[in-house]
Amino acid sequence: MGKNLTHLQRLEAEAIHIFREVAATFANPVMMYSIGKDSSVMLHLAMKAFYPGKPPFPFLHIDSRWKFKEMIAFRDSEAQRLGFDLLVHSNQEGVEQGISPFIHGSNTHTHIMKTVALRQALDKYGFDAAFGGARRDEEKARAKERVFSFRNAQHSWDPKNQRPEMWKIYNTRVAKGESIRVFPISNWTELDIWQYILQEKIPIVPLYYAAMRPVVERDGMLIMRDDERMDLLPGEVLQQKMVRFRTLGCYPLTGAVESTATTLPEIVSEMLVARTSERQGRMIDRDEAGSMEKKKREGYF
Amino acid sequence: MNSLAQIDQAQEAEGAALDINAYMAEQEKKSLLRFLTCGSVDDGKSTLIGRLLYDTKLIFEDQLAALHRDSRKHGTNGEDIDFALLVDGLEAEREQGITIDVAYRFFSTPKRKFIVADTPGHEQYTRNMATGASTADLAIVLVDARQGVLRQTRRHSFIASLLGIRNIVLAVNKIDLVDYSQDVFERIVEEYQEFAGSLGFKSVRAIPLSARFGDNVIAPSQNMTWYDGPALLQYLEDVPLDNADEAKPFRFPVQYVNRPNLDFRGFAGTIASGSVAPGDEVVVAKSGKSSRVKRIVSMDGDLELAREGEAVTLVLEDEVELSRGNMLVAPDARPDVADQFAAHLVWFAEQALIPGRSYILRTETDQVTATITDLKYRIDINSFAQEAAKSLDLNEVGVVNVSTQEAVVFDAYGSNRSTGSFILIDRLTNATVGAGMIDFALRRASNVHWQALDVDKASRAARKDQKPAVLWFTGLSGSGKSTVANLVEKRLAALGKHTYILDGDNVRHGLNRDLGFTEEDRVENIRRVGEVAKLMVDAGLIVLVSFISPFASERRMVRELLSDGEFMEIFVDTPFEECARRDPKGLYAKALRGEIKNFTGVDSPYERPEHPELHLETVGRSTEELASEVEKLLIERGILFNYDQSSWSI
Repeated sequence: MGKNLTHLQRLEAEAIHIFREVAATFANPVMMYSIGKDSSVMLHLAMKAFYPGKPPFPFLHIDSRWKFKEMIAFRDSEAQRLGFDLLVHSNQEGVEQGISPFIHGSNTHTHIMKTVALRQALDKYGFDAAFGGARRDEEKARAKERVFSFRNAQHSWDPKNQRPEMWKIYNTRVAKGESIRVFPISNWTELDIWQYILQEKIPIVPLYYAAMRPVVERDGMLIMRDDERMDLLPGEVLQQKMVRFRTLGCYPLTGAVESTATTLPEIVSEMLVARTSERQGRMIDRDEAGSMEKKKREGYF
Repeated sequence: MNSLAQIDQAQEAEGAALDINAYMAEQEKKSLLRFLTCGSVDDGKSTLIGRLLYDTKLIFEDQLAALHRDSRKHGTNGEDIDFALLVDGLEAEREQGITIDVAYRFFSTPKRKFIVADTPGHEQYTRNMATGASTADLAIVLVDARQGVLRQTRRHSFIASLLGIRNIVLAVNKIDLVDYSQDVFERIVEEYQEFAGSLGFKSVRAIPLSARFGDNVIAPSQNMTWYDGPALLQYLEDVPLDNADEAKPFRFPVQYVNRPNLDFRGFAGTIASGSVAPGDEVVVAKSGKSSRVKRIVSMDGDLELAREGEAVTLVLEDEVELSRGNMLVAPDARPDVADQFAAHLVWFAEQALIPGRSYILRTETDQVTATITDLKYRIDINSFAQEAAKSLDLNEVGVVNVSTQEAVVFDAYGSNRSTGSFILIDRLTNATVGAGMIDFALRRASNVHWQALDVDKASRAARKDQKPAVLWFTGLSGSGKSTVANLVEKRLAALGKHTYILDGDNVRHGLNRDLGFTEEDRVENIRRVGEVAKLMVDAGLIVLVSFISPFASERRMVRELLSDGEFMEIFVDTPFEECARRDPKGLYAKALRGEIKNFTGVDSPYERPEHPELHLETVGRSTEELASEVEKLLIERGILFNYDQSSWSI
């Protein structure tokens, strides 16, 4: 008898099982592709799940128009390399109103350009299942969310009324207009993600590697000035620093960390001595207590 | 080696070059343990998990800062850190200070990665505990040292056992509040073992600890020198993982048929138990068709072996019919394929389970319509007593018989958790209303199933332009039953009616060849003929049955098989002496000489019909006259329309 599967093998198998379950039971699924490292792992797992075929669903990127330029370039090159069907959606009204995190604040920006945009896209295409890369170790509200997380026709989540999730038997039934958000890497931790990227040699956006980048210190975070839309406030100085990102999102809302890690092994070793959790680099969680739960109820991923 | 987390090692290595390759090699050996913590609100469950996260250094600085802030706002420990706040995620929970849903937590040590399902302890959250237990390998049952074994301790242990958990850690918490007393600890352990003996656990490890102060959580406590067992984390790292699923027979529930092009047809799924290699013979469970594994396809190249837990894609040698919901299995150890089985059921919904109502039943990959045909009893989850019940309410557990519209493939839950489990879904709301653990098949399913057919008895009869009926001729051997029946059939045929004669002698040559003339066999003889007649009536025929059928109860049984008005009992009444005189087959002579046993009228009774539809006294009457009597009856009953009898030429 062979030895036990390793923890990464178990996590990989669980995720592949979940991808296939959705493909087998939903009429019109989609994968949310946010370009970050978790999305890279998700993409890799989806390719594995349906090999030698391609994933039988499109990939949807909600473009808030404030993503790092390198993210968009990486997204397009991955779509070309792997030949998946890429859909890009932006909230056109928000674009026309000139919604900006600098002017309107992170809350308004996130709500209009991410939450509302996502709801628009789901309604537009009529998706009945959407894969997301959320992990339970990220945040307390997520720790209690199911792998198959039911959304009513208004896309909202009712944390008190979740379907019990037993064994590997998933209740995938939805009525018209309702949908399910599916989180195949729910049980992965940030460390698992990095170990898996290292083990499988998965391509990630270069922003995760340390490089000299133009940054400004603002509200205790290092914000990279990715384009001309970011004005310097009085007293702020643009500095060239050796930095990298532990998490990626809209550049005005994503803090960089000083680092010299320019290779994957160096990133993993840096992870092992890290003393702050990755979401700290994100402004959206800190706005108010329980903010993630509130956003999820409203339909945020 | 103590049980410090990898973070500590890494910190030691900080500054020096961390050997990432050695680290990765170590990671590749790391196994995964899923465990469940159960205990009541006050037993300190969340505190224990918070403590494990804190002591394994998996709490980051920013989370710690938030924890200090929250502890002052919501905490129940005064100025001290309230570890439970790390774990209780939903706003409502933090405000009420209780855990209302399953939360999953993660931590790891150099040996293992742990997934913790933190579940609520109240009775009204039994379903959440069952959810957490369904994927757990081990359960930590927390007991407050001051309280000892309570109703809830029994309940939690019962649910853990019900969901198939075989390893228990009995964590006697808050031992600091009883002065680290060995007596208290031992008394609790003894009390626990007394009732847990019947729950089928493979191992029960009792550990005295204080989650709040960390005694025996990650390292042995200095406060309890009398305890020489492992600390909790040491035990969790070392407890042997139940790897038995790999030794079990091969089970592969087909989840998804991968058909990207005409040249490739792969069956994707997760191996539920056993292992498989190219060349292995496998059998399609529902059809019994056999094939061999040609390839195990993966993006990293074809595999030479795949085992329990792996999500793989199999290509078979032959083109067999196989789709989602079916299963590939070992040819020499097959699962049950049945449409009726007994199971334990946990009920999750506010709306009670009602036997007879139709639900959607889902196994890992199959989905069928199902009804609970029988609620045998409810189990009191606190006392384990069996109680009679008409329905199951929210959080109740019962033993039921389940009937599915089509056969499903399964093993007993006790031998395979993946292939022995199912959930029930409400057809209207799509809510998950129950979870079941299959005990055994009640009946082996054939490949023939009752189908709801659009062409029914009425339409079949209408196409024949007739009303179907059974004319049941009963009477002694040689009374003239067959002679009359034959003539009636000829006349009906002449009228264009569709008929069939079931004759006692003829049927005994075929269908009932295995039956003799004892009372039991005569009963069975009539039962079979009655069923055949019923099928023929269903086909729209007028059936003439010519059987001695000596017992009134069997004639009544056949009458009850049929719809009102379809069954007509015709008593062909010929006295014994006359029959014995006619003796067309020479049987009476033999019977009277004692050469035939159990001969009706000789040494076996004939029960005369009391209220036959037609009483034919045959003595002194012609067969034609008797047949005309039968026709009159058929006209009265609307089987035949009135007509000019003179037109009958036969």
